[in-house]
Amino acid sequence: MTWTPFNRVRRGAYFDSVALMRAAARIEAMPGIAAASLMMGADANKAMLRDAGLLNHEGETAGPNDLIVAVTADTARHAEAACDAGEAELAGSRPTSRSRARSLSGAVEDLPGANLALISVPGVYAAAQARAALARGLHVMVFSDNVSFADERALKELARGSGLLLMGPDCGTALIAGVALGFANEVRRGDIGIIAASGTGLQEVACLVDRLGHGISHGIGVGGRDLSAKIGGLATFAAFDALERDAATRHIVIVSKPPAPEVARALFARLATCAKTVTVCILGARTLDIPAGVRAAHTLAEAAAMACGIAETKKIAAGPAAPARQSGRRFVRGLFAGGTLAAEAQLVLLDAGLAVASNAPAPGAVHGAIGTAGHLVLDLGAGEFTIGRPHPMIAPAMRNALIAAALADPAVSVVLIDLVIGHGAHEDPAGIVAGLGPFPMDGPAVIASVTGTDRDPQNRARQGAILRAANVTVADSNSAASALAAARIVAAR
Amino acid sequence: MSIASLLAGPLKVVNIGLSGFARDLAGSGVAVADVDWSPPPNLSPELQAALDRLLADPGVDAANEEAFERLAKSDPVLLDVRRADEAVPGLGDRMILHAGPPIEWPRMCGPMRGAVQGAIVLEGWASDLVSAERLADSGAIRFAPNHQFGAVGPMTGIITRSMPVMVVENRAFGNRAYCTLNEGLGKVMRFGGNDASVLERLRWIAASLGPTLGAALRHNGGLALKPLIARGLAMGDEMHQRNVACTSLFVRAIGPALAEVVEDRANLAAILRFVGANDQFFLNIAMAMAKAIADPAREVARSTVVTCLSRNGTDFGIHVAGLGARWFTAPVEMPKGLYFPGFGEADANPDMGDSAIVETVGLGGFAMAASPAVAGFVGAGGMAEALRITREMYEITLGRSPDWKIATMDFAGVPLGIDVRKVVAAGQAPIINTGIAHREPGIGQVGAGVVRAPLACFHAALLACAAEYR
Repeated sequence: MTWTPFNRVRRGAYFDSVALMRAAARIEAMPGIAAASLMMGADANKAMLRDAGLLNHEGETAGPNDLIVAVTADTARHAEAACDAGEAELAGSRPTSRSRARSLSGAVEDLPGANLALISVPGVYAAAQARAALARGLHVMVFSDNVSFADERALKELARGSGLLLMGPDCGTALIAGVALGFANEVRRGDIGIIAASGTGLQEVACLVDRLGHGISHGIGVGGRDLSAKIGGLATFAAFDALERDAATRHIVIVSKPPAPEVARALFARLATCAKTVTVCILGARTLDIPAGVRAAHTLAEAAAMACGIAETKKIAAGPAAPARQSGRRFVRGLFAGGTLAAEAQLVLLDAGLAVASNAPAPGAVHGAIGTAGHLVLDLGAGEFTIGRPHPMIAPAMRNALIAAALADPAVSVVLIDLVIGHGAHEDPAGIVAGLGPFPMDGPAVIASVTGTDRDPQNRARQGAILRAANVTVADSNSAASALAAARIVAAR
Repeated sequence: MSIASLLAGPLKVVNIGLSGFARDLAGSGVAVADVDWSPPPNLSPELQAALDRLLADPGVDAANEEAFERLAKSDPVLLDVRRADEAVPGLGDRMILHAGPPIEWPRMCGPMRGAVQGAIVLEGWASDLVSAERLADSGAIRFAPNHQFGAVGPMTGIITRSMPVMVVENRAFGNRAYCTLNEGLGKVMRFGGNDASVLERLRWIAASLGPTLGAALRHNGGLALKPLIARGLAMGDEMHQRNVACTSLFVRAIGPALAEVVEDRANLAAILRFVGANDQFFLNIAMAMAKAIADPAREVARSTVVTCLSRNGTDFGIHVAGLGARWFTAPVEMPKGLYFPGFGEADANPDMGDSAIVETVGLGGFAMAASPAVAGFVGAGGMAEALRITREMYEITLGRSPDWKIATMDFAGVPLGIDVRKVVAAGQAPIINTGIAHREPGIGQVGAGVVRAPLACFHAALLACAAEYR
């Protein structure tokens, strides 16, 4: 094999030496090239090229202001290709991207007047980041979970002392001053404020309020443990004070699972003194001393209706009738991405007299897992399903194997699913589900709800159409879908 | 800002974590700064405890403020060029000063041994290179770091008694620092060259270039260096790998005085040609200047500011203000970069030279954003990379230079005052722009790139600070 030097000389060109070295390193890897170098034609450079066997008669003619593209190659064709590529490297310009700050302090310099830190680093680092943000006078939303109880308490006390809002930890959704933060939807601005211990709970209520023609002032996420005995509702009380003072808010909705008894007492005592009207939706609570004047909703849809001043949930369109009964098929298989929606579904089924098992049992349900016989509701966003795998709200295809298994199970009468759209969610959850269909009319009924609005990027109306085209029954809300599922089971007995 | 003000809007969000959230917000027209976050390092309990103690100590913060002030209000002036044994206190017969922390003959790398042999012959302590090697091995030569004598030298950094050294005085404090004159590129002593051509050039530098430049500087009343650096930064120099602008400014500044002190025109032409042909001539001036700037910080008790970064081709060593001349060492790392034609990674010598003193005062790799072409050695290269690197160095320094600004960052000052605590807390070591020498003596520079100071040096220094500053 003979390696011959090939040179190309560009007169009157100037290039920075490092750019030339980068280009040389790139083209040296090309086929048929033994060595490559791009240098300006100064004597010292020509000497280097000569010593390396890269200079020929053409390169010798180059002057200090000329560029030499030099390669040793096996064929002229390979040499030409490499020289072309080398020059293309130099000609190509990369658009300058803004540099990012490396830390909070750099970011605050980049964005004077920054007022909120949105923290989604791994949980073990989240508390330190939150503390640093509070120390700088920023309000904080902690999306991260796996923050300790002790850290959560300390952070919320620090926030209270500084007059700052700390949302979370494990706060997936917030709507502040018309801005959707985290996994949130495009909803109309209005006079209903929401305080929610759960992201999908906040999303469902906000979207239903929007569909009823009303709007949201702010949606504040307080994290799933805020109303526990250890935390004592620190964020909930701070949020409540803020919404009571907020001129844009006329009505306040509180969404939670059952609080610790002493926290519930303190909360209800506070609600009783509120100057504005309040609706509470405590999913899974049967008996609570909710003060007179405070509206109590049993489902998220009912909470949305009450907040809008609509007395009956029937005002939300009832949705299509349950499909006809079939023999042999007896059970509901619920496969959920949203934890609160899974809990709400269980409660609706339990209310209808069904015995329900779940990996995240709501009050009244028993523990279950994949393979458990009977009515089964799985929260697929729970820890055991998301180790080393993306959350089903981001990657809905995760759920498809379980949907397919349920469809193939002769004992399953209804497959009940949620779809959550909006910012942060998958770009087409309906398409992912519809890809398994169209679902046969003689198989299990597939009943779904879509949490979202028509103004979300995925467009709720379009998602619904895609599902219906695959023979999915689309209900108006998660509780309505669950009620349809229960009705189908009961009717078949 | 109160919660009520937050709810009134508008929101201005700092996003730390999943970049998708920042993209969604930006897409909705919300003002957002997305932090390029990486997890802090996992420190041993001992290191964590030392770090916590030093971070919580107001005495350390006060001392660091004092050290930063000393760095910032320096006034370095290039005064003169003199024989080393006249200018450098304590430098005498059979003494060889070298770059980096202390090292003895058996552990020296190839280029440094070559340079030592050449220096021994140059000074007449042996008649040829072979007997020079024997002498070096015999214990008859005293080896010592440049830094211990107020001096610095690039690459092998060898200084012996007859070599001319530039004298820089920091007028704000009265201290002085010294560095040899840059020999040029290729086969030179700083890369381990030691043959007749190398020694002849050194003799010419001692007989002609050195004394002439010295006379010109004295005639000129010295040359203030800070403003020259500021101009060079604005012209794309970073004073480690890029010195062409400052070299040009230097020739412009000293030219008239040179013409006035040199009678022989051929001599004048030879000097101008020698300096003008060497893009890196100013490097040695920048190094002496940086040492003169950093040394006054050494006396600040209880400070955790780094006062020197230095390598000898085998070990990397640092000093910390408040702990004086105590070395904290670890094996040097290999530079990563691009190579001249005919050379590759296998030819590279490990990291070497006192030139990292320029990074110690905020230049070189720290000022990468002023010289974005140099970022081409690292990763994706380009403006974004250059900005990213300087911003990373902001995370490990106390503040920014009031005098040296980077136009591409809207005139933010270069990162100044490396804090050992911040280095350990961030797990990010100082980044150094460097030439790459051939591992065989006397061949010369084979490439250029970047290298990090080893974190181990900073870990050791942190523990020492925690133990001493009780």
